[in-house]
Amino acid sequence: MTQLALVIDLNVCVGCSACVTSCKEWNTSSEGGGGMVDKNPYGKDPTGTFFNRVQTFEVGEYPNVETVHFPKSCLHCEDPPCVPVCPTGASYKRKEDGIVLVDYDKCIGCKYCSWACPYGAREIDEKQKVMKKCTLCVDRIYDTTLPEARRKPACVLACPTSARLFGDVHDPMSEVSVAINERGGYQLMPEWGTRPSNHYLPRRKMKAQVTEESLNRIDNPLKKEEQRAPVSSDLPSLDDFLF
Amino acid sequence: MHPAFSVIFLTTLIGAGQGLFLALYTGQVYNTFGVVGDAMPQQALYIAGTVIVTVLMALGLFASFFHLGRPERAWRAATMWRTSWLAREVIVLPAFAGTAFIWGALHYLGIDPVIFTTGTVEVKLTLLVGLVAGVLAFLLYVCTGMIYAAVKFIQEWATPLTIVNYTLLGLASGFSLAAALSAHYCSTLVDAYALWALVFTLVGFVSRMFALRRNGRLKRKSTACTAIGVRHPKITQISQGAMGGSFNTREFFHHKSPQFLQTVKVFFLIAVFIVPVTLVVIGWSNQFAVVLLAAALIQYVGLLAERWFFFAQANHPQNLYYQAT
Repeated sequence: MTQLALVIDLNVCVGCSACVTSCKEWNTSSEGGGGMVDKNPYGKDPTGTFFNRVQTFEVGEYPNVETVHFPKSCLHCEDPPCVPVCPTGASYKRKEDGIVLVDYDKCIGCKYCSWACPYGAREIDEKQKVMKKCTLCVDRIYDTTLPEARRKPACVLACPTSARLFGDVHDPMSEVSVAINERGGYQLMPEWGTRPSNHYLPRRKMKAQVTEESLNRIDNPLKKEEQRAPVSSDLPSLDDFLF
Repeated sequence: MHPAFSVIFLTTLIGAGQGLFLALYTGQVYNTFGVVGDAMPQQALYIAGTVIVTVLMALGLFASFFHLGRPERAWRAATMWRTSWLAREVIVLPAFAGTAFIWGALHYLGIDPVIFTTGTVEVKLTLLVGLVAGVLAFLLYVCTGMIYAAVKFIQEWATPLTIVNYTLLGLASGFSLAAALSAHYCSTLVDAYALWALVFTLVGFVSRMFALRRNGRLKRKSTACTAIGVRHPKITQISQGAMGGSFNTREFFHHKSPQFLQTVKVFFLIAVFIVPVTLVVIGWSNQFAVVLLAAALIQYVGLLAERWFFFAQANHPQNLYYQAT
C-alpha cells in the first residue's frame, strides 16, 4: 500500500515561504479545482485560501532562544478524522496513494470536517463556498507530460534548501522513510491517534566537539624535543660529546 | 469556536420542537391510560401543538441552511449516515418532523381507529404513530448532541454531558411551551406539563452545572509542544503565516473578551433556569397562561445565550497554531 506524504526538515527550513507562494501559484493556475480565492488582496483586510503556511515560533527565552520556522499543510493522516464526519462523502482518502481529498462537486460547505481536524489544515473557499485543502498536487505528480523529476508537489520543487521531501512513507527504502528513520522524524499531535503521514525532522544542534586535548596533544611527537629536562651548566651536555 | 447563529437557532428551535411534541404525546399517553383522569379529548391542544412543532422544526431547518456554503446540495448530506452523525441528523430530523406532522394530521382528520385493546385501554392509531415520532425525537437529540460530542479534539464537547444537556434543555423548553399552551386551552394537562417543565429545568440545571464545572477543570491534551513537536516549556508564536486573518482565525475563535463570556454565562444561568422556574411556579399556581408563556419565551432566549456560550467556550486545538499574527 502506498502512502504519499511530505517530510519537512525543520533543521534547514529558513522560513522563506517559497513553498507557500509556489503552492498558491500552482493550485490557482492549474486546471480544475477552481483556484484559491483571494479577497481584498490589496485592501485593508486581505484574506484568502492557502493550502500551506509557514509559521514562526520562538523557542526559549533570550538569550537562549531559537527561531523555528514551521510549514504547516494537510498531514494526510492515515486515520483522518475529517473523512468519516463528512455527511456527503465529499471528503475522502484515496486507497491507491493515501491522499486525503475533497470532491468540490459534492461538498456542501458545512465546515464540519474543519472542526474535526485538530491541525486546522482545511480552509473554506470564500468564492466557491466549498472546503479546500492540500492535494499533494495530485494533478501534477501523475502528469506523464512532465519530466519525471518534475512530478512532485509544487512546494517540494520550490524549496531552495530542500527542506521538503516527498515520497511513499510506507516504502521502507524510500528517501522519506530513510529520513524519518535516520533523523528521528516525528508526527504532530500524536495524542489524537490520527497517525499523520507527513513527518517533521527535528532541529539538530550542529556543535563541533572540540576539547583542549585535541587542540594541544600532550604526547605530540613534534613537541617532544621541547620538553627537555632543565639543564645544569656544571654537567657536560650532549653537545660536549658531539662534534 | 465561532458561534454561528444558524446553528444556534437550529439546535434551540428543533430542541424545543422535539420537547413540545414529546409533551403532547405524554399528554396523550396520560389521557389514554387515565393518569391525570381526564376523559376530555385534547384535539385542539394536539392540533395547535403540532402546528407549533412543525413551525419550530421548519424554522430550525431553514436556519440550518444559512450554515451551508452550498445549500442547493444539501440533499447530499444524507448519504454518509454510516459514519457521520451530521448525516444521521439530516435523516432523523425530517423523519421526526414528518411523523409528528402525521400524528397531528390524524388527530385533525379524526382518523384514529382502535388498533388493539389491552384490558380496558384502547390503543389507537395515533398512539402508535406518536410512539414512533417520540422515539425519533429522542434519536434526534442524540444525533444533535453527538455531532458535537463526537469531535474528540474539542474537549469541552467530547463528553456524554453534551447529549444529556441537549436533551434535557430541549425537553425543558418544550414542556414549558406545552404548559403555556395547555393553560391557554384550559387543559387539565397543565399540571403535568408544568411539573415536568420544572423537573427538566432543574435536572438540566444540575447537568449543565456539571458540564461547566468539568470544562472549567479541563486538562488540555494538546500543547504548543505537541503541536509543533518541540520539547520546551516556553514556545511563543511570532507569526502565523498570514497577517490579515484567515478561515482558521475566524472559524475557531469567538473574538470576544473573557468578561463578555462570563456575562453570557451568568445571563443564561438566570434566563434558562432561575427565571423560568420562578415564572412556571407562579403561573402554575395561579393558572396564568401569560406568565407560563413568558417563562417559555424567556427560557428560549436564555437557551440562545446558552448555545452561544456552548460554542464560544469550546477551544479547538488548532488555535495553538494561531496564537499571534
